[in-house]
Amino acid sequence: MKRLLAVLFTTLVCTPVMADEEVNIYSFRQPFLIQPILDKFTAQTGIKTNVVFAKKGLIERVKREGKHSRADLVLTSNFSALIQLEELELTQPIKSEQVAQSIPAAFRDPQGDWVALTKRVRNVYSSKERLGELKSLTYESLAEPKYRGKICTRSGKHPYNLGLVASMVAHHGEAYTKQWLLDVKANLARKPQGNDRAQVKAVKEGLCDLALGNSYYFGKMLTDEKQKAWADSVFINFPNQENRGSHLNVSGVVMTKYAKNPANALKLIEFMTSDEAQNMYASVNMEYPVKPGVKLSPLVESWGTFKEDALALSEIAKYRPVALRLIDEVKFDL
Amino acid sequence: MSRWQVIAWSIGVCLSTPLAFLIFESLQGDSEVFSHLWDTVLWDYISNTVLLILGVIALSCIIALPLGWLAAYCQFPGQRFFEWAMMLPLAMPTYIIAYIYTDLLDYAGPVQVALRSWFGWQSPADYWFFDIRTLPGAIVMIALVLYPYLYLIFKTALREQSFKLVQASQLMGLNPIQSFFKVSLPLARGAVVAALALISMETMADFATVHYFAVSTLTTAVYDTWLGYYSLTAAAKISGIMLLFLFVSLLLERFSRKNNTIHERQVSINEEALYCLTGKRAWLATAYCALILLIAFVLPVTILLGYAIDYFDQAWSNEFFVYAWQSLKIAIWVSVVAVLLSLLVVFYQRIGANASKNVPGRFASTGYALPGTVLAIAVLLPLTLLDNKLNQWFANTNFEPGLLLSGSIFAMIFAYIVRFYAIAHGAVESSYVRISPSLDMASQSMGKNLLQTLSLVHLPLLRRGILTAALLVFIECMKELPAALLLRPFNYETLATHVFQYVSDEQLELASISALFIVLVGLIPLYIVNRSMEQHRS
Amino acid sequence: MSSLVLEKVSYQYQQQAVISQLDLSVEHNEIVCLLGASGCGKTTTLKAIAGLIKPQQGRISIHGQCMSHKQLFVSPQHRNIGMMFQDYALFPHLNVAQNIAFGLSKLNKSERNRRVAQMMELVRLEGLEKRYPHELSGGQQQRVAIARALAYRPNLLLLDEPFSNIDTQVRFQLINDIRSIIKDQKVSAIFVSHSKDEAFAFADKLAIMHEGRIAQLDSAKNLFQKPKTKAVAEFLGRGIYLDATRYNGQSVTTKFGEVSSSISLPESEQHGQIYVRPQHIELVNAPQGQVEILQQRFIGTEYVYHIKVADQQLEVPAPAEQLLDTNQPVSLKIKAHAVNFFS
Repeated sequence: MKRLLAVLFTTLVCTPVMADEEVNIYSFRQPFLIQPILDKFTAQTGIKTNVVFAKKGLIERVKREGKHSRADLVLTSNFSALIQLEELELTQPIKSEQVAQSIPAAFRDPQGDWVALTKRVRNVYSSKERLGELKSLTYESLAEPKYRGKICTRSGKHPYNLGLVASMVAHHGEAYTKQWLLDVKANLARKPQGNDRAQVKAVKEGLCDLALGNSYYFGKMLTDEKQKAWADSVFINFPNQENRGSHLNVSGVVMTKYAKNPANALKLIEFMTSDEAQNMYASVNMEYPVKPGVKLSPLVESWGTFKEDALALSEIAKYRPVALRLIDEVKFDL
Repeated sequence: MSRWQVIAWSIGVCLSTPLAFLIFESLQGDSEVFSHLWDTVLWDYISNTVLLILGVIALSCIIALPLGWLAAYCQFPGQRFFEWAMMLPLAMPTYIIAYIYTDLLDYAGPVQVALRSWFGWQSPADYWFFDIRTLPGAIVMIALVLYPYLYLIFKTALREQSFKLVQASQLMGLNPIQSFFKVSLPLARGAVVAALALISMETMADFATVHYFAVSTLTTAVYDTWLGYYSLTAAAKISGIMLLFLFVSLLLERFSRKNNTIHERQVSINEEALYCLTGKRAWLATAYCALILLIAFVLPVTILLGYAIDYFDQAWSNEFFVYAWQSLKIAIWVSVVAVLLSLLVVFYQRIGANASKNVPGRFASTGYALPGTVLAIAVLLPLTLLDNKLNQWFANTNFEPGLLLSGSIFAMIFAYIVRFYAIAHGAVESSYVRISPSLDMASQSMGKNLLQTLSLVHLPLLRRGILTAALLVFIECMKELPAALLLRPFNYETLATHVFQYVSDEQLELASISALFIVLVGLIPLYIVNRSMEQHRS
Repeated sequence: MSSLVLEKVSYQYQQQAVISQLDLSVEHNEIVCLLGASGCGKTTTLKAIAGLIKPQQGRISIHGQCMSHKQLFVSPQHRNIGMMFQDYALFPHLNVAQNIAFGLSKLNKSERNRRVAQMMELVRLEGLEKRYPHELSGGQQQRVAIARALAYRPNLLLLDEPFSNIDTQVRFQLINDIRSIIKDQKVSAIFVSHSKDEAFAFADKLAIMHEGRIAQLDSAKNLFQKPKTKAVAEFLGRGIYLDATRYNGQSVTTKFGEVSSSISLPESEQHGQIYVRPQHIELVNAPQGQVEILQQRFIGTEYVYHIKVADQQLEVPAPAEQLLDTNQPVSLKIKAHAVNFFS
């Protein structure tokens, strides 16, 4: 009976037969952001890449699929997803000398379960017209009454903001952060909405004077015909330069525990941490590469060097649940 | 137990398994997150949800009831065109219309820019302009897309009422508006409530629009708890609250239908039109239809067209035909299967003798109010479990099924069916109750068994209901997004997922061609539905 | 052999007895009418015979073949029964010829066409084969329905209030037509109605139903002359009860004098009541009379007097020339007739 069924299934159910050499990716990042790099990889190695993109739920999918999952890699756009994957034991160590050499230890998991690929700074944009450049701006100062009604941001629960709030908890403790959130909320020009670009646009429109946003959006906007005007209306500020440095988030990659093509997956990770791919991340996506010595995009370079918050990402990640709870408690988004 | 009973119950159980798994999940302890939410934001979410639903219902009534009345009873310039054109907004995905109107009406949009240059205003402080990204804004957007359900169902219900009733009421001294409220509307109450139940479930399941407008509803809460707090349990509990809403609306629908089983004895053929509008009134009617059509369809489509032309080089891709074909394939599969299943279940409802005969249909309809991503997870739960069992079972053969169910488009199709079964069921059922039971008896007494009765008597008479069911499901499938995103196999792109890539980055311009495709493909079935109704009348 | 036999058939719906211990038998080529007020169980009986519901107790056999008894239940499509519905149940999506041919799937095409043509001729609808039901008049629809029900030569024909949707003016013409069609086809029929005029015109025998049972099954004449119960007598027409004592086998005495009967009276009881219908009453002038006239109406050929006697009211006709005064008491004279005597 079983044998018969087995034969039936193999002959009748046309499970899409994939190329011999392939690597399967679950991606939280939009395909158009990573496709150029994947295409390059395929051109060089002949390994085909298959992608499923979704912004939500991919971790649950990997988890539920268990050992039959066809995903070899998961690409994430923030560190909390990396750490969640690791905590759910859905990953396996990335054993590669090359990766270990290219990526500084701070941007790798100590056990090797994840590797960061790019860095993005949580910047604060200020209106050229109304505030000018704010060299000594801190995240803490966003709570000051002088900014009442002047700040724009996306949802507090978005991973980028959540990471920032978690780092605030890590540095200042829970009580301070809750008050800080309440004060920032009071300073908001409008209910949190839209994405990071939309905040810069709002500054341009005069709805607010300060906007929270990731660094690469600024670069992307400057190269977009329509959005250039928005970006031109603001300065990009790197907060907390006089003390601990600016908060970072990372995009990264894990290899799944049950990867069916581990060798190819490893090749792709190595490619993504190579000079070539890191260069593309820098030049095409305007991100900060994690590999030291890779040239920045001239535009990004023009923003100058800055001090990074040295606190380990895994340390910040510990405070993520607290951060989320606080955001709900102060009803930040409502 | 009869064969039919077994079939109906299996369908009911099958389509409610995802939900059963979710409920099971919600019982797994871990109430900490839930009680935290309860103490902080949950009430805001609930009140937002209730307001959203009530708002959408109210606005849909305001838009659709007059339209339905005009289409069914009146004659005015352009009546025949508007009668079908008023259904067009159904083909428009809510997230696209929301995006377009935000672009149009926010501070940097052309409307406010024009106003500013006109009046010489400098900054937002100089004047007041409504903010579209609010709860009322979301209500308007959703109602603009969902009102056609009410319009379609209400119009049909009015047509089936005899004009004599309205004429009688007028002889008794009622003016047309009074007779609308005292005769036509109460008689169509069942149909109206059924349509509103449909609309409120769609509203509850919406995520993209409310998220884009930063209106936190229960759907938001489900996502937050699941993706933020990593607690599927708490998310499942909140889904439970949403199910309560669902059951209330289902109950209301049943209740209103109960007293409303008037069988179609004789198809009453009404004369051309009850009211022949002339002069100012006629133009007012035309203007009203034109205005709604402009806001809900013509303007958004024109803007999309504008984007498509401006960004043609960046937006065009040769893969479109592949995406369109993949969207189409799924939509066809789902509408055919959903209609077949609903036919079987409704047939059992008709012939079943015991009190529980309506239960399978209700079970099967429960997936409708679940937001797409939650449904997707709920579908993954049983399918991955089944896949793993299947692999264990085949362990000692040389065949390894892998993710036979959850990793193929089966998962997508299944999820879509679970989600849209309710639409098919409603359309088929409302068409079924109009067939007089004596036809069944006549057929049986003439030596036909149940299957023959189904195929020789019911199917021909249900043709219109079946067609409507299939096409409504088809349109919804073309628009459905979250379940597709999460459940699709590798490299599988539909028009909706392709649009979402860019919308999620607030760059609809680059996906305008795909968006237009979705609308255009949705127009075809609308045209067919309308044609079939026209034929039925003549 | 009887065409149909029901023995002690009972059916409950939601713990409520709709028919109980019902016995009925219909002879070959006989038309029996189930007559009764609404809610007496006549349509349910019809459905039980057709197999559309399954009785909980009792036995139903058609042409000697058992159809329903304990576990045995023959489904409707295997009973070969023709049925005509109150709303005719014509299939709206099929034309007249297709409707008639619906039950003829066992025949081949040419036989089927021949049979349809035969039926069209029988019900005199030639030329309307291609029409759809909604294009026909009520009477035409009814004739299609009867043609359809007879086309496949059923063992038994059931008719559920078939004339209730027809104008009174043409109703009796149609009743005659359909009766002769049925007689012509030599089929037994059961007919459900609440109108005794229809029943008298259409049926050979009437089964009066009361509270889920057959109160009496007999010819119209016998029902009138020898009603078994007061309910039967009352159902067949209004009248008044008068106390009576049996005088001999052929007459009774009442307070209005002796009434002689054209049939012999039962000998079991001395005292009882007789049921008197208006047509057997003659009003006579009598100053000391015990009958009060409440109202008087002229209806063309005669007067109708609304009288009150022994706390009962009744409308009694009287010849036009005999004008009675409404303020004057009158008395009754009861003509000789088949007296209904109840002990």
